[in-house]
Amino acid sequence: MAHIQVPEGIFGIRSLVMYRPDTGQHLYALAQALLRNESPLSEAERELIATFVSSLNDCNFCAGSHAAAARFLFGQDNALVDQVIQDYQTAPVSDKLKALLTIAKHVQEDARTVSDELVSAARDQGATDRDIHDTVLIAATFCLFNRYVDGLATLTPTDPTAYEAMGERMGTIGYVMPTLPA
Amino acid sequence: MPHIPLPEHLPGITGLLEYRLDTALPIRELTQILLRGESTLTPGERELIAALVSNRNQTRFCTAAHTKAADLLLGENETAWLVKQDYETAPVSEKMKALLAIAARAQNSGKDVTPEAVERARQAGATDREIHDTVLITALFCLYNKYVDGMATVTPSDPAYYQRLGERIVNGYLRPKDGFPVPQKT
Repeated sequence: MAHIQVPEGIFGIRSLVMYRPDTGQHLYALAQALLRNESPLSEAERELIATFVSSLNDCNFCAGSHAAAARFLFGQDNALVDQVIQDYQTAPVSDKLKALLTIAKHVQEDARTVSDELVSAARDQGATDRDIHDTVLIAATFCLFNRYVDGLATLTPTDPTAYEAMGERMGTIGYVMPTLPA
Repeated sequence: MPHIPLPEHLPGITGLLEYRLDTALPIRELTQILLRGESTLTPGERELIAALVSNRNQTRFCTAAHTKAADLLLGENETAWLVKQDYETAPVSEKMKALLAIAARAQNSGKDVTPEAVERARQAGATDREIHDTVLITALFCLYNKYVDGMATVTPSDPAYYQRLGERIVNGYLRPKDGFPVPQKT
């Protein structure tokens, strides 16, 4: 049960933004801008970074829903999502993406450890300023979402098909504020 | 030196928020409503949560900025300092101690916020909204701290810098209409 009285039967972040829509609208706007607006990283790659950080934070709701969005967006290559969660170093993703995932991992653990060496290793694989910026901000943002969702003990579905539907919605319409059914 | 080129006259978070405006807008608006909007926690109390979380993340820029904001809002510079030393013995209400204890847990991990920690806050008179806002402020400052440190932004050492910054953020977190022009050399 959630720590506070949120709308009944609503999962994860959706229950929290329905509880306080005036802050929730900006959280959804941030997710939409960061994960869907123009970026040198594809939407699928950005969802993968979100999934990876949420998984490191052990946030089942965020890891499950963003993994589903990443699977939806990667299409036929979607097996790589679970391989990245298992061990990103041996997953079939580019060396550039591996270097960016390493940066994301350091942001999640202790952002002061994002060293010049880690950043230049990413640059050596072709990462640009914007790739590095967006990776750090996605990782930091999911450290917000994960704490918000778990810190208030929101409802987390256990049925995998629930996540599949969420992933498809996130991959098509993006981040749109939920409203209570009439 | 920051990991990407940022304007030299904008250290810490400010240069990052100017680097990418479309993501900065919701971050600024969220901060404004959460720290300055209507709440049963005073702006000073909310800045104490921000200062504690930033201090626990060891982000010197954010710690200095939000300590100064708390000092200016509370009208003294003892409480914020003592909260950072040990909030359990600091001169704040039992309710604030319980909320700061929730913040300290959520800073480490959302999963560390136990039903017992929440119950303690309720016993001390905290409402759902106060518990909610404490967790969201904590989560938001984990974003800021990790953004500022992960990009290796510049942390000024001059106390006068934080005095000016503190005075600015006491009045709010929205971007000035004309941004942050490079100061003219006189």
